[in-house]
Amino acid sequence: MSKVKITIAGINKKPGSSKEYKTGGWRTMKPEVDVEKCIRCLQCFDYCPDGAIKKTEDAIEFDLDYCKGCGICERECPVEAIVMKVEEK
Amino acid sequence: MSEDEKKELLASGHRMCAGCGEGTAMRTILNEAGPNSIATVATGCLEVTTTAFPQTAWEIPLIHAAFENAASVAAGIESALKQMDKKGETNILSFAGDGGTFDIGFQALSGMFERKHNVTHICLDNEAYMNTGIQRCSSTPYGASTTTSPKGKYSIGEDRPKKPIARIASAHDIPYAATACIGYINDLKKKVNKALEADGPAFLHVFAPCPTGWRHGSSDTIELAKLAVETGVFVLWEAEDGNICDLNVTYKPKERKPVEEYLKKQRRFAHLTEEHIEKIQKEVDEKCEEYGF
Amino acid sequence: MGEQKGLTIQGNMATALGAKLSRPDVIPAYPITPSTLFPEKISEYIADGELDASMIRVESEHSAMSACIGASAVGARTCTASASQGIALMHEMLFIAAGMRLPIVMAVGNRAMSAPINIWADHQDTMASRDSGWMQFYAEKNQEGLDLMILAFRIAEDERVLLPAMVGIDGFVLTHTVEGVQAPAQEDVDEFLPPYDPPHGKLDPEEPMTFGSLGTPEYYQELKYDQTKAMDNTPEIIDEIFDEFEEKFGRNYNRITPYRCEDADIILLTMGSMTGTARAAVDEMREEGEKVGLAKLTVFRPFPSDLLKEIAGDVHGLAVVDRNISPGFGGAVFAECAGAFINEKKSPLMKNFIVGLGGREIFKKNFREMYEKTKKAVETGKVEKPVEWINMDEDVMR
Repeated sequence: MSKVKITIAGINKKPGSSKEYKTGGWRTMKPEVDVEKCIRCLQCFDYCPDGAIKKTEDAIEFDLDYCKGCGICERECPVEAIVMKVEEK
Repeated sequence: MSEDEKKELLASGHRMCAGCGEGTAMRTILNEAGPNSIATVATGCLEVTTTAFPQTAWEIPLIHAAFENAASVAAGIESALKQMDKKGETNILSFAGDGGTFDIGFQALSGMFERKHNVTHICLDNEAYMNTGIQRCSSTPYGASTTTSPKGKYSIGEDRPKKPIARIASAHDIPYAATACIGYINDLKKKVNKALEADGPAFLHVFAPCPTGWRHGSSDTIELAKLAVETGVFVLWEAEDGNICDLNVTYKPKERKPVEEYLKKQRRFAHLTEEHIEKIQKEVDEKCEEYGF
Repeated sequence: MGEQKGLTIQGNMATALGAKLSRPDVIPAYPITPSTLFPEKISEYIADGELDASMIRVESEHSAMSACIGASAVGARTCTASASQGIALMHEMLFIAAGMRLPIVMAVGNRAMSAPINIWADHQDTMASRDSGWMQFYAEKNQEGLDLMILAFRIAEDERVLLPAMVGIDGFVLTHTVEGVQAPAQEDVDEFLPPYDPPHGKLDPEEPMTFGSLGTPEYYQELKYDQTKAMDNTPEIIDEIFDEFEEKFGRNYNRITPYRCEDADIILLTMGSMTGTARAAVDEMREEGEKVGLAKLTVFRPFPSDLLKEIAGDVHGLAVVDRNISPGFGGAVFAECAGAFINEKKSPLMKNFIVGLGGREIFKKNFREMYEKTKKAVETGKVEKPVEWINMDEDVMR
């Protein structure tokens, strides 16, 4: 990542700027959702430590820029609509 | 703004480990508190993973000063805003891990409670000093192997029980103290709101498993959080006005699961023998009886 | 301009009055001898409705400075008072206040450090925090304590500075000693010191920002350089504000104030309350024909190397008097003075005298002795013992 100018006392006036840092690269397993099976209970949304699950009209989708592939969503999905697959790089 | 479009107040791109329980806890808590909040954070995983210059994961104002003083920095903020007539509805949140709450931050926390600052202190408990590499804390449970309470020929790991921090917090006669767990999001949300609505100091003890320190799979985090509660290892309760003798257990498992189910999923407990597990089971049984289930 | 009011008060009352006239919003404080009268007086002002401020009666000095940091970060004018072990306990937070560029002001009752425990005058406490990034001012008398509090706020909050400042008055010798002071009128202080509005940022939900970021090796050094540069730039600003203060209130302050130095061969350099005694000793010696002068150090941080070289650059001997000791070296002020002359072609011979530790009295004869010893070094061209302890009781030495 390219460096930026420092600020006085390192005060950061760009809230939420961590989004510049894409943690998706950490992933070795990648989640996939079967939207037909998804009942949109949003448990995966609630539990995701990375805020990498987005709500859609009738299901959810993954924000692969940030998903670290922890697999919590697959484990907690009550209808097995999510599966983790090996990330192809 | 509809519920679905609400902005996440802990932005993605933070550097917490995959499957970190603190991530789930922090998203829930901040989103529930809302944007009219100011937070302090103690040195630790949360601070290190969310504030590395030039980026920040925080969408609300945040100040990190040091390890042991999140509560006293928050007390300064609260007093200043009140003095300058700017407090209004602004929530003042003080975040620390278990080290920054149970151990090194305890004095500052006790002072903040006693002086009745309108601050909610939230302890994210992962039961050891994880940021420095899994050292034992007074939050570490009996039997857990950590880098400073390692299992060994003459050691079963940590040999003392976990300090009952939320009961101690409540004993300051604060308006609201509660335990919560990331496996029970609705319960956690309710407690965040109650804590923020309290007229005075509030304490939330939030149980958040750590895949790195507990040595479990990253996908096990929520399952373990739930197992801790379903086995009675961690009890969800709340107490108002220091009334710990008449606290309200907010979730009672219908049928308690054996602690072994919880312990076996974590390598920090992998060395425990059947006798150790029996001892832990017995202690949990006694504790649950105290809590009335 | 309002009339100044003559009062006869103790040093702590003077710094508390200086603080009150500066209209602080928040004062988190913890009692410690000999600065306790400061929070007591502030509490009284608030109780009597003379000061509209919030006093946080914290459970430790560490929390005092922590609460100062929180309060200052939301834009409150913030001050506290402490001494000795209290300053040591808040040591960690001093660095953080400076690193976050929070213009907190602390009134100090300078006192010795344990062990052995000792509550009396000594500069060890603040010398031990000289690297924390705080500006340090030292008062010779109560009037200076009062004025320097107002000045400290004004300088600290200057947009070009934004650094915390401590004002030291010697334990008991000043803190508990009654002296006459002139108290400026509130309206004049209000004019001199406008309300604080942080120019660099504050914690506000309307415009969220993160204070206290993690500085990785990629940025830490530049961030520290930036902070240090701010300190390096303060001398001119301090001079400017000292001048403005003199114009308004009629009292003159300098980072170093020379006394009878014009044709001096030897200069004594002092800090704090001992200066009065040193001045009397210099007058006596001058009467006797000795070419001796005195330089009073008011601003220790930033260290006024420029002025020291102007004042003492042409003299033969400089006797640096320290009320502190850095074991393994000597006095802290001596180290700074020696540093000031590094790379100069011309430099006075320098002697360091350790005096007055833990409230040991300092007499005129002690300054005469220092002068004589320095003179001897100048005459022989040799400094045999750079650091000497003065007014020792040889009888009790083991």
